[in-house]
Amino acid sequence: MVQVVAKTGNEAMAEAMRQINPDVVAAYPITPATEIVMIFSQFVADGLVNTQYVPVESEHSAMSATIAASAAGARAMTGTSSQGLALMYELLPIASALRLPIVMPEVNRALSGPINIHNDHSDTFAARDFGWIQIFSENSQEAYDNMLQAVRIAEHPKVKLPTMVTTDGFIISHCLEKIEVFEDDVVKNYVGKFPAYTNLLDLKNPVTLGALDLQNYYFEHRRQTAEAMKSAKEIILEVGKDFGKKFGREYGFFEEYKMDDAEMAIVCLGSIAGSAKSVVDEYREKGVKVGLMKIRVYRPFPAEEIASVLERMKAVAVVEKADGLAAKGGPLFDEIRSALYDKKKKPSVIDFIVGLGGREVTHKHLNEIFDELKDLAATGIVKELIQYKGVR
Amino acid sequence: MAQDLGWKELPEGDTLKAGTAAQFHTGDWRSKKPVKDEKTCINCLFCYIYCPDSAVKVQDGKMIGIDYNYCKGCGICESVCPVKPVKAIKMVSER
Repeated sequence: MVQVVAKTGNEAMAEAMRQINPDVVAAYPITPATEIVMIFSQFVADGLVNTQYVPVESEHSAMSATIAASAAGARAMTGTSSQGLALMYELLPIASALRLPIVMPEVNRALSGPINIHNDHSDTFAARDFGWIQIFSENSQEAYDNMLQAVRIAEHPKVKLPTMVTTDGFIISHCLEKIEVFEDDVVKNYVGKFPAYTNLLDLKNPVTLGALDLQNYYFEHRRQTAEAMKSAKEIILEVGKDFGKKFGREYGFFEEYKMDDAEMAIVCLGSIAGSAKSVVDEYREKGVKVGLMKIRVYRPFPAEEIASVLERMKAVAVVEKADGLAAKGGPLFDEIRSALYDKKKKPSVIDFIVGLGGREVTHKHLNEIFDELKDLAATGIVKELIQYKGVR
Repeated sequence: MAQDLGWKELPEGDTLKAGTAAQFHTGDWRSKKPVKDEKTCINCLFCYIYCPDSAVKVQDGKMIGIDYNYCKGCGICESVCPVKPVKAIKMVSER
C-alpha cells in the first residue's frame, strides 16, 4: 500500500497533484514558480493525468483562470512561489470571497527587493489576511500529506475555502528526502469526487458570481468569510485525525515536541523546526526543560489552542523568517503574544527574526537563541524584545 | 433581492440567481440622455448593435425607443447614428 521513494519537496507536491488528478491546472510554469507546476506539466504531456492544463502568461492569469475553472465546477489547482504569489495577491481574496475550494502548493521564498530567490516566509505571511487556509510543512513527507488533506479540508461543505500548502524554498523544495507515497487508487478514494458547489455551465440553473457588492452587502460577505475560516478549524482537526487513523500520521494545528513538562518553548514554523528539535534534544540532555511548538496551521490562526499550551511556560522565543519592517516584531510574534494577553499567567515572549532571503540559520544561532530563552525563563528580564539573529 | 439581509441569511459566497442586474436601475446616474427623432430615424439598428447596456428597444425590426432605466448616457448611439446631415439621435442634458 505504501511505497518508499526519494523525492524533493517539489516532486512530492507534484506527485500529490498527479494522484489528486485535478480537472484543471492553470499555471505559469517558469521562474518565479518552482518546479512543481513544471513537473506537473510533464505528467500532462505524458498522459498520466486527465487534467486540462492551461499555460498562462503570468501568475495573475494563473489564479484568474483557476478561479474561473473552480467556479465553473472543476477541481482546479495551480502552484507558485515568491513574486508569483505576490502577483496573485489581487485575485487571492476573490477566490475566498467566492468560496472556491482551490488547493495551491506554495513554496515560501523571499519577496523582492532586493532580488532574491531563497527561502523565507515573507511571501506567504503577506497573504495571511486573504481568507486562504495556510498550512506549513516541515519536510517533503508533510508537504505530501498536507496536499492530500488540503483537498479534503478545502472541499468540505462547512469550509469551501481556498487552501495553500507551503514548503520552504530550496531547503525543502529542492532537497531530496525519503518519503512514503500511497497508491494512486488509495489517494483517489481519499480525495473523492469533487463536490462542485457552483456550476457556471449549468444552463438550467444560471447563477451570477462575483457581483458588485457595495456598502450594503460587502461587510456581510466579509463577515461570512471570517466565519467560514473559523469553522474550518474544526474540520482541519477532523481531517488531521482521520488521516492519522488511515495512514498513521496524525496532524493538528501544531506539533508539540517535548512540551509536556517544558518550562520554556521555542515556537517556529516550517523547515527550521528540524534543526530546532535537535537543539531541544541537546538542551534536554543538559537538563534544561525546553520544548518546541511547530505551527502547522497559520490561517485560521489557532490562537486559543496555542495560548492554552504556551501559558504554562515561563518564557517563549518565537523564531520566524519574516519581518514586519518596524511592526511590533514579525507577524507570528505579534499574534502569539496577542493570543497570550488574555491569559492570567503568561510567559515572557521574545522574537527572533532569522533567515531572511535564505540566510542560513545555523546551530550556533539556535544555541544563542536557546541560551537567551533559558536566561529569560530564569530571570524574567527581557533584554531585547525583538532581535535580528544572523544579520551582520 | 430582498434588502438588508444579515450575514447569516445571505447566500454564501455572493452566489446569486442570474439576471439580478435587471433589478438594478443603472440609468440613475446619467447626465445626458439620448433622444430619438421619430421622423428621421431609418431603423438601421446601429444604435441597437453598439449599445453597451442593451438599452435600445427593438420591436419587429424597428427601433422603438430607449430604456432609460438602463441607459447610462454614454452617447455611443448618437455617435454611430449614420443619418445625415442631422443625426436621428441627439444627446440632451438631463438638467
